[in-house]
Amino acid sequence: MNPDLRGLNCRPGSVNTIINKQGAIMHHFKRFAASTAVVLCASGALAQDSITVAIQLEPPNLDPTSGAAQAIDSVLYANVFEGLTRFDADGAIIRGLAQSWDISEDGLTYTFNLAAGVTFHDGTTMDAEDVKFSLDRARAEDSTNAQKALFADIADVTVIGPLVVQVTLSKPNGMFLFNMAWGDAVIVAPESIDTIATNPVGTGPFAFANWVQGDRLELARNDSYWGAAPALETATFRFISDPTAAFAAMMAEDVDVFVGFPAPENLPQFAADPRFQVLNGNTEGETILAMNNQREPFDNPLVRRAVTHAIDRQAIIDGAMFGQGTPIGTHFAPHNPDYVDLLANSQFDPELSRSLLAEAGLPDGFTTTLKLPPPSYARRGGEIIASQLRAVGIETEITNLEWAQWIEEVFTNKDFGLSIVSHTEPMDINIYANPDYYFQYDNADFRAVLEDLNATTDPAGRSALLAQAQTIISEDYVNGYLFQLGVATVARAEITGLWVNQPTAAVDLTGVSWGS
Amino acid sequence: MSRNLIIGACLTVLFTGLAALSFLWTPYDIEVLDIPNRLLTPGGAHLLGTDHFGRDILSMVMMGARTSIAVALVAVGIGMGLGMPLGLWAAARRGSLLDDVIMRGNDLVFAFPSLVIAILITAVFGPSAVNAIIAIGIFNIPVFARLTRGAALPLWERDFILAARVSGKGAARISAEHILPNIANLMIVQGTIQFSLGILAEAALSYIGLGAQPPTASWGRMLADAQTLVSIAPHVALIPGFAILLTVLGLNLLGDGLRDWLDPRIRVVRT
Amino acid sequence: MIRFTLGRLVSLTASLIVASIVIFAVVEVIPGDPAAFMLGVNARPDTIAALRAEMGLDEPLIARYAAWVGGMVQGDFGMSWTYKTPVATLIADRIWVSLPLAIYALALSTLVAFPAGIYAASRRGGAGDTAIMGATQLGVAIPNFWFAMILVLVFAINLRWFSAGGFPGWADPWAAIKALTLPAIALALPQAAILARVMRSSLLDMLGEDFMRTARAKGLTHRQALWRHALRNALIPVLTIIGLQFSFLLAGAIIIEQVFFLPGLGRLIFQAISARDLIVVESVVMLLVFTVIMVNFIVDLTYAAVDPRLRARA
Repeated sequence: MNPDLRGLNCRPGSVNTIINKQGAIMHHFKRFAASTAVVLCASGALAQDSITVAIQLEPPNLDPTSGAAQAIDSVLYANVFEGLTRFDADGAIIRGLAQSWDISEDGLTYTFNLAAGVTFHDGTTMDAEDVKFSLDRARAEDSTNAQKALFADIADVTVIGPLVVQVTLSKPNGMFLFNMAWGDAVIVAPESIDTIATNPVGTGPFAFANWVQGDRLELARNDSYWGAAPALETATFRFISDPTAAFAAMMAEDVDVFVGFPAPENLPQFAADPRFQVLNGNTEGETILAMNNQREPFDNPLVRRAVTHAIDRQAIIDGAMFGQGTPIGTHFAPHNPDYVDLLANSQFDPELSRSLLAEAGLPDGFTTTLKLPPPSYARRGGEIIASQLRAVGIETEITNLEWAQWIEEVFTNKDFGLSIVSHTEPMDINIYANPDYYFQYDNADFRAVLEDLNATTDPAGRSALLAQAQTIISEDYVNGYLFQLGVATVARAEITGLWVNQPTAAVDLTGVSWGS
Repeated sequence: MSRNLIIGACLTVLFTGLAALSFLWTPYDIEVLDIPNRLLTPGGAHLLGTDHFGRDILSMVMMGARTSIAVALVAVGIGMGLGMPLGLWAAARRGSLLDDVIMRGNDLVFAFPSLVIAILITAVFGPSAVNAIIAIGIFNIPVFARLTRGAALPLWERDFILAARVSGKGAARISAEHILPNIANLMIVQGTIQFSLGILAEAALSYIGLGAQPPTASWGRMLADAQTLVSIAPHVALIPGFAILLTVLGLNLLGDGLRDWLDPRIRVVRT
Repeated sequence: MIRFTLGRLVSLTASLIVASIVIFAVVEVIPGDPAAFMLGVNARPDTIAALRAEMGLDEPLIARYAAWVGGMVQGDFGMSWTYKTPVATLIADRIWVSLPLAIYALALSTLVAFPAGIYAASRRGGAGDTAIMGATQLGVAIPNFWFAMILVLVFAINLRWFSAGGFPGWADPWAAIKALTLPAIALALPQAAILARVMRSSLLDMLGEDFMRTARAKGLTHRQALWRHALRNALIPVLTIIGLQFSFLLAGAIIIEQVFFLPGLGRLIFQAISARDLIVVESVVMLLVFTVIMVNFIVDLTYAAVDPRLRARA
């Protein structure tokens, strides 16, 4: 199946159901907020047109097309930069700079018709030449685009007319339109490319205004925007990674919105406070307990299975995430229609765990390393898992690492026994087809299924293949599948139009306003 | 015996005692998490309440005392063990190139921002209690070296040293047999002060995540974990802070009291 | 005096050179490939290699050290990999937060410590003295990040007199000073306690000196003797401590900057270490070390000029 094609045919139903279940509290306050907003409007209160949004991490620079920091997309995606296609709030693919497109019979040629009258923030026109420039730059030999694989199948980009551009693929790729919606595929201009890292020039409804590094980044409404004008006049981003500082800033009303609030334990306080609303959404982040499949004793499937049965997912969700998160039984997002519930394969059962260990020849358990990156789901989750594993005889030596060290030790050198990390790219089950990926799972059958998947375009066929893929990695107990990472947004009650979910890293301000 | 000495000694004995006791027994096992019982206020089954994982805070404080005291003690040990000989040597060879080199080296280490270097060290070698000891210990060495040299220098001019030299004793023997006993009091007092500074340093490093790692308990990390809970369950943030405060206070009072008792003329170095 | 100055200059240069080598060596040894970190886990090996080449990471060590030192001497601190701006610009921006904060904290601590120390010395052994000494004992023992936590809880979250942190820039000086107030108080507390004790003990020393008895014999009251003679002499060790505290405050405020999310030098170093932006780490640490060494140098020279007895290395 192809979630992107489905999205184009507009299937909001199933996704919204999941949101509504989690957002029951939000509903209550949305009504409250709506009535408050009505009261404010009726009493003639000023409609505000500026907003201060806080996110945890500061972007290191402002070029979304080179460098992997999600924070760059959080600030610029949909606001300053646009691509051929884009994600909407529920993760569906909608039109971006490409107003329509034709796909050839053999699936190899995409002809995009671009929107007319589009200008970059420096006044230059956006046309097919700019699209060719952007795509060629991303797929070049020396490109430093962090998601180069998205462009790998492009064989050629041709300019047919000023607003028509043709992309030829070397082989059919059902994910191509989906790929072009990513933040790494936004359209940039050759005239402004040299200073893009400090002065980003895009086509979006907001233009970059100012960046005081370490403190704030300011955007201002683009009055010559080609599409619908946003309600906001200015937007300021603040960067607060410390959970206490985040709580204090929100409570003191220093910021209006916090996307990705880092301290779930404080959410009930905000929910109970009439000044605020709490939006609980989902992300594409599968949080897993990664096991090094090529290292003893994890090369033995019985041991891997024993580990998964020793884990109590709900205790981790409650203890580390204060209830935020949905359990998963395989590496797939539960809000996705093609998700298969395989939780039964790895239920919490310490007795079974111990007997499996004995059967594997390790009746007294064993000792291994648990290397944890900085996020609190890993640090807190790690302490809880260590305690659960200890109860079945598995001793873990916890090491807390910074991201740079984690990338070096765990990801590149595969020097670890266990680790906890959340994989936030959408539809990334294909990482299990790469035997060199850090957990080193090597299964030719799985690879065959994924090859079929890439070649299949009809939704029913893709559905079946995805179900097969999910089942294989669940029954092989490749990793401990913990939970789908949630995202909490805390905002002033009067604000509307905020994204609840994070289908991609973004703080889309195009539809955001204060009240009514 | 001054009031300082008594209060200081009591506090120090209290926390050292808790630390020692933790090797034998703690009210609860801190490696067992009890999430349904988290954030209980002090009283009842848990004398000081529980933290966000349901662990008993009194047990955590006891284990944390063990960590803080061990780290600070070894760090001061390193400082004294390496700093004193350096200082004695520099004093014995006063005015020479060696003396100059040692003093310049001291100044150089003092010039480095200690917290930044500690962060660098743990970035290179990984966060752990051992690396925290090394990071803190390194900055103790110049303190003791400078102090020892400063105290030993005037002694070299004294008659009894002259007599020893005339009798043929080498500088090393003189330093060990004659100089050292005369500066012992100063070393004890300064050592106590450095110990208290070491406890604060360990807390600071653990607070930013660079000290002892879980499941080893540490007061600094308890404070870091408690930060977001301070408005929900203040006891989780206040108790470890008070533990640090009282231990450091006790050690400082002990140091002052010892100085008053042993030799009021001692001038301590407080950086 | 000339000989003294020249001698000091030689050792200053030697110190700087040794410091630069040590800093470079330590930073180079840090594990973690900066290019891999910047590009993230999905990057392909050829992309990472391209970035490494662009960053000059594969050049020989000596060449890179020479380039770095050569650049610094000319005022070029290199280009930050993460921010893609010159390090000098980053430092210039951040120093406008760290320097005022250090001065503010120093001012607060001096304002509190001087009267406290003088009062305690003049009322030695009395109730006032004991109270002040007790307070300083507490001040020295409180971990300043814990104190900061409590300040935020009380003054920012509950009373809303101050914002919880952040720095609005110097466009509105009053707002900027307000933003630095809670951090300055958190930093100043332990320093004030130490300073008060030093002031008191230094003054007490002076009060026992011969020249004091002479002053009293000449007919001055206790208070007059204190102000005219003792204080001036007592200030010397106090000023040394203030000098030391200043350089500590500049770099040592990392944790406080983190708690109040201030864009200062300390946080810059912390973030640069996490992001493996080695150039920033090297250059900023070198700058701080240079500052401390220079401050010490100037202080030494000043004292030697004022008091010839200090010219012989004591």
